[in-house]
Amino acid sequence: MHQFLAFVKKEFHHILRDRWTMVILLVLPILMLILFGYAISTEVKNTKIAVVDPSKDVVTNAIVEKFKVNEYFTVAAYVGDFQQVEALFNSGDIKMVLVFSENFHENLMHKGGAQIEIITDGSDPNSAKAMQGYASSIIADYQQELFNITKVPYQIKPNVRLLYNPTMKGAYNFVPGVMGMILMLICAMMTSISIAREKETGTMEILLVSPLKPVYIIFSKTIPYFILSLVNLTTILLLSVFVLKVPVAGSLFALITISLVYIFVALSLGLLISSIVSTQQIALLISGMVLMLPIIMLSGMMFPVENMPVILQWFSEIIPTKWYIIAVKKIMIKGLGFAAIYKEMAVLAGMGILLTIVSLKKFKFRLE
Amino acid sequence: MTKEKIIIAEHLTKNFGHFTAVDDISFEVERGEIFGFLGANGAGKTTAMRILCGLSNPTSGKAMVAGYDVATKPEFVKKNIGYMSQKFALYEDLQVWENIRLYAGIYGMKDKDIAVKTEELLLKLGLANERNTLVEALPLGWKQKLAFSVAIFHEPAIVFLDEPTGGVDPVTRRTFWEMIYEAADRGITVFVTTHYMDEAEYCNRVSIMVDGRIDALDTPENLKRNYQAKNMQEVFYHLAGKSTRKAD
Repeated sequence: MHQFLAFVKKEFHHILRDRWTMVILLVLPILMLILFGYAISTEVKNTKIAVVDPSKDVVTNAIVEKFKVNEYFTVAAYVGDFQQVEALFNSGDIKMVLVFSENFHENLMHKGGAQIEIITDGSDPNSAKAMQGYASSIIADYQQELFNITKVPYQIKPNVRLLYNPTMKGAYNFVPGVMGMILMLICAMMTSISIAREKETGTMEILLVSPLKPVYIIFSKTIPYFILSLVNLTTILLLSVFVLKVPVAGSLFALITISLVYIFVALSLGLLISSIVSTQQIALLISGMVLMLPIIMLSGMMFPVENMPVILQWFSEIIPTKWYIIAVKKIMIKGLGFAAIYKEMAVLAGMGILLTIVSLKKFKFRLE
Repeated sequence: MTKEKIIIAEHLTKNFGHFTAVDDISFEVERGEIFGFLGANGAGKTTAMRILCGLSNPTSGKAMVAGYDVATKPEFVKKNIGYMSQKFALYEDLQVWENIRLYAGIYGMKDKDIAVKTEELLLKLGLANERNTLVEALPLGWKQKLAFSVAIFHEPAIVFLDEPTGGVDPVTRRTFWEMIYEAADRGITVFVTTHYMDEAEYCNRVSIMVDGRIDALDTPENLKRNYQAKNMQEVFYHLAGKSTRKAD
């Protein structure tokens, strides 16, 4: 134990002395949250929209009125026909066009349904998607009001409604993603690099010749990063609750538990990488490209998994971050507890155990 | 008078697939001896040394180091040896005293003993004012001396030195060898590999490996006489020239 502590202490010296790494590790999460939260926000405010309304009846007017009072949209123009829409998009001012069908009121009342086309500028897919969502929910709201008054279930298509995020804040979506990414970055990347560094400088050889058990060497290398990731987890949660106003709706205990399991998976991934590579550069490349890229692209933090091709959806199943994000969203946003995340917990724990076994087997305890 | 045998190697062989890195070597080293372990690159010295340190299992044969079998009791072997490799082995981003404390701690020394011995060592090496200096700021010669001192800090029975003086100037090499003699006088057995033939002359006995075998093992004087050579350099050329293996 004495030996073990001496070694852990040394690991902390390495980290604390490497000031820039330290700064990056502690500031990165904050920076990312702020970037995602404000700068790269997919929220749309005061977006200029145009309306194509051949009906001009009481219902269409009411719907347009709803868009006018909404803070996300400004109705900038009425357009006579569909031909002019393209020109409007090309001018760059208008980001979305609402196209009502003809005889809107009549169709709605007597044929049971009417259509609104929501056309968005697809060159910015993220905000287009966000606008579609907002527009759909405004229309859905109107439909609901109509129903409350008339008690007749009139159908206005589309009728998509945003679940669990009634205020439609982007932060709800990216906070779990940033948590998943940061924890993976610190645990997997930093652990693999720090072990690769010992191999590169030759100190690993000295350690293996020493009476220190190889398993201890490995575990004492992971401990500092484990603690660091706890610090980061705390920072992210405090920031998201108090600055971004994303509350932890469900059980905090469940959130911490699933995070610990996820950290365990990330650390064992780091060990696996370090057992294959022998230099820091390769460790960095593998954890940066082979690990982080799929995580960012396929975990669902940026792009919804449901929209991916089937093959990529299968691939996303083996990405731990995907499971973690699902679980965190359930807890933080849907307000659920342990009972709802058994599956994610089991998948992550299984991944962690498997990875640890493989990497301990692969790790060359005796240098060949 | 027969002295205590601290290293006994009997018919050690190590195969990597079809390649025989170490081919049936046998030798003994006595306590307090300075044993030179020579050979061209790729001759198998490093592999043999790793077997003796408990880092690698022999394919066949047996080795006893400090009274323990390296294959079955590597953890006891490891407690009783020190090791310094050709690659620099201290942590560059740790201070001088932190390096000492780390290694002493790994070898299970008590904090109180570590503190006392550290002061002694720093005084002896003339590093008393550098105790809080990061190792990366020290000149290479000092690092090398410090690394050796750290390797024998826990008073091991044997210290293995893998080309310890690589890249060091002649003056520093000389003082380094003075430290080796001093350690040997205290009863620490020194097992050293080197490429410098003048250093081979400093050893009590020298073995020369060629293609995985030990082709010669004797005192430098006897070797020179047997091969009618002026110095160890000629002995080495004579033997290593027979190699059929490609150097790495």
